[in-house]
Amino acid sequence: MDNTLLVELSRAQFALTALYHWLFVPLTLGLSFIVAIMETIYVKTNNPEWKKLTKFWMGLFAINFAIGVATGIIMEFEFGTNWSNYSWIVGDIFGAPLAIEGLMAFFMESTFFAVMFFGWNKVSKKAHLLSTWLVAIGSNLSALWILIANGWMQHPVGMEFSVDTARFEMQNFFDVLFNPIGVSKVLHTVSSGYVMGSLFVVGISSWYLLKKRDILFAKRSIIVAASFGLITSIFLITTGDESAHEVAKKQPAKLAAMEGLYDGHKRAGIIAIGQLNTKKEIGDNNEDPFIWKIEVPYALSFLGYRDINAFVPGMNDLVYGNKEHGIEPVNEKIEKGKIAIKALRSYKDSKKQNDLQNAKIALKEFRKYEKYFGYGYISDPKKIIPPIGITFYSFHIMVGLGSWFAGLFLLMLYFSMIGKIENKRLLLRASLFSIPLGYIAGEAGWIVAEVGRQPWAIQDMLPVGMATSQLDTTAVIITMSLFTIIFTALLIAEIKIMITQIKLGQEEA
Amino acid sequence: MFENLSLLTLQQYWWFLVSLIGALFIFTTFVQGGQTLLYKIAKNEKQRDVLVASLGRKWELAFTGLVMFGGALFAAFPLFYAVSFSGAYYVWMAILFCFIIQAVSYEYRKKPNNFLGKRTYEVFLFINGSLGIILIGIALGTLFTGGNFIKNDMNLSAWTLQSRGLEAILNPFNVAFGLTLFFLARVQASLYFLNNIAHKEIEIQTRIQLKNDAIFFVGFFVLLTIMLLTMSGFSYDMEGFYIEKYKFLSNFLATPILLILFLLGTIMVLYAIFISLFKNSTKGIWFSGIGTVLVTLSLLCLLGFNHTAIYPSLSDIQSSLNIENSSGSHYTLSVMGYVSLMVPFVLGYIVIVWRAMDKTKITSDEIQADKHHY
Repeated sequence: MDNTLLVELSRAQFALTALYHWLFVPLTLGLSFIVAIMETIYVKTNNPEWKKLTKFWMGLFAINFAIGVATGIIMEFEFGTNWSNYSWIVGDIFGAPLAIEGLMAFFMESTFFAVMFFGWNKVSKKAHLLSTWLVAIGSNLSALWILIANGWMQHPVGMEFSVDTARFEMQNFFDVLFNPIGVSKVLHTVSSGYVMGSLFVVGISSWYLLKKRDILFAKRSIIVAASFGLITSIFLITTGDESAHEVAKKQPAKLAAMEGLYDGHKRAGIIAIGQLNTKKEIGDNNEDPFIWKIEVPYALSFLGYRDINAFVPGMNDLVYGNKEHGIEPVNEKIEKGKIAIKALRSYKDSKKQNDLQNAKIALKEFRKYEKYFGYGYISDPKKIIPPIGITFYSFHIMVGLGSWFAGLFLLMLYFSMIGKIENKRLLLRASLFSIPLGYIAGEAGWIVAEVGRQPWAIQDMLPVGMATSQLDTTAVIITMSLFTIIFTALLIAEIKIMITQIKLGQEEA
Repeated sequence: MFENLSLLTLQQYWWFLVSLIGALFIFTTFVQGGQTLLYKIAKNEKQRDVLVASLGRKWELAFTGLVMFGGALFAAFPLFYAVSFSGAYYVWMAILFCFIIQAVSYEYRKKPNNFLGKRTYEVFLFINGSLGIILIGIALGTLFTGGNFIKNDMNLSAWTLQSRGLEAILNPFNVAFGLTLFFLARVQASLYFLNNIAHKEIEIQTRIQLKNDAIFFVGFFVLLTIMLLTMSGFSYDMEGFYIEKYKFLSNFLATPILLILFLLGTIMVLYAIFISLFKNSTKGIWFSGIGTVLVTLSLLCLLGFNHTAIYPSLSDIQSSLNIENSSGSHYTLSVMGYVSLMVPFVLGYIVIVWRAMDKTKITSDEIQADKHHY
């Protein structure tokens, strides 16, 4: 049965809900720490101005937090509702981080959130400060576990396929926890949240300076957020480099799409900026991949493999193979995958008939080819390459904006320190308009990570086509339409409330 | 420690834990119950603000409880998670929508320029507290009555009805389950308000409301109990699944501890109602809270022990799920066993924070003086 439409709709719904959710999570991650830092200054200095300032940003945090929670609940349950095959096939590994997230992080967040907002006069100053820090830590722990789970999808480790239960089963929890792709993903993604939180505070404070109101409040906020933003944006760039290095090793097709690299070569350069040639196709050697480009020589080999002479495989190498560099053609992998599927079927049938001899032979055959199992469901070798355009442009938008943010924080901090920030109106405007850019960069990052993983739900193991629930497309269309309507309405509400609170300022809000 | 336990013991341990999390979640649905009483108990806007503020300090516990319940099921019984959530698609999606609209409503309700208007957010709270809870009850009811699914030998499942779970609302047991939870949530909300709010008028109105809801709750609870004890259930042995008459009655008799928990819990809930109605007590929430946890725990545990299906299949009896064929692997259940040691710690800090925040009752003056109240 062709389930292409169902798969695409299921992917679209997940993408919709995830992209909406990610509009709010980064601000929660970053602003929670910034608020905690501000409250720490208040407790240290006992200056009520810092308390007022803390409460103002805390109010905005709460508005964002509520809609983050609202959009988040669906993410956990969607694995079951729309990706039930996935939930069974990898639930033994994937479910654990989600449960730990709930127990370790969600309860911490939700319990201390009440103290943070309503406990100012009910608990001691220090207990309140501790609660604020625990909300920040809880939010970030939550991100840690879900990103560990996502990292495992990008690079599955610490498991074995069980032929009896027909699923992957965990063999080593610590392999899953310390999966290098998972670790780099956690660090990179969480730091992007810190940068977003900083952009938000710096941008809004810039608006106050442009409007020549709440000057001292705005300057204080900029000092805290720009310092936090500068440190974390440098960390963001560093972890981004490490993340790309891991992608080069574990997801070469994603890297090739990120760079629009069709033919692999040594001493490969990075495309700083360029326009893809849409006529270019995999396997076609007549067209140039780019209409125009600016390339940094050697950089891709060096950043990807820490060696300027390293060979970086292109999409053609990955699809058609490259003997010199030991890359197997995909059609061979597909054939081996089909043998594995057949062997598993034979094993199951033999067990049912109590034919243990045949079951043993089938099992041996399966183990021989099991690493190709997922490839057996791929219909066309070219399909192992993710959509090139969206991956390439998303990656370059993310990198470009990430670099700009580091520069912005540096300038904001410098002019704040020398006391000239309120005169730099162009910089203040740039700072304000960088708030939406932060959201664009964050969403672009997730598009690179998830679109770049296609066609796999679990890299090289489980294609998305095999992972969905057996649903009617109508059911998914109905729920996706409802999500679109509700989330959009709530987003409009959130933005309107947020803008109103900002306009009211710290005295009135 | 956990790695030395047998797979069956781990499966039973995890079903117990899932049941406990589910039971704690049902206790926290007093928040939902309270949301349906905003226009019943409060006579004016000020009183409504007090009720919302009181509930607003606890709403996240119920929300997190639901998420935790789902997460624990996913980790410990992934096949149940896969079959139920995808199969009863419309029911679960409706439940999720009810919770999505709750999450923003407390924060946005009183905020200026909130786009949808205060009343809309109050309607959202009502929907969450009524439809959301009734549907959760119906979904829990299907664990006893079953669903229309099949699974193949690769453990991949499919639902056999186009209605995708909506058919469950036609089953009287499921409906009784849903309505029992709904009125229980309202009863508990009243008990919580009595304990949490210092406001004479609200107290008087709450006791009147408690009396009305308690009558319906007791009625539905008795009906549910009779249906449960007289209904057939799905058992299994080495040969496979089969239908057994008076399955849950025999489960109670086979595991007296569950019967004791059920009876003790029932008495505690009834005692809570009694002292609140006739002794003017404000401590009822603690008795009913513990009682609710005990009753729910015993009901959910009825499914996981004594060779009982946790999710019977009405389309193909041999596709039914039990704790043995739907669980995670021995390794995963062991690892998660260590994680479960955090449960007492988590419960501990929740209790400490609850006590710290509620040591003095909420007053109308306090709410009006706080710019940031819900």
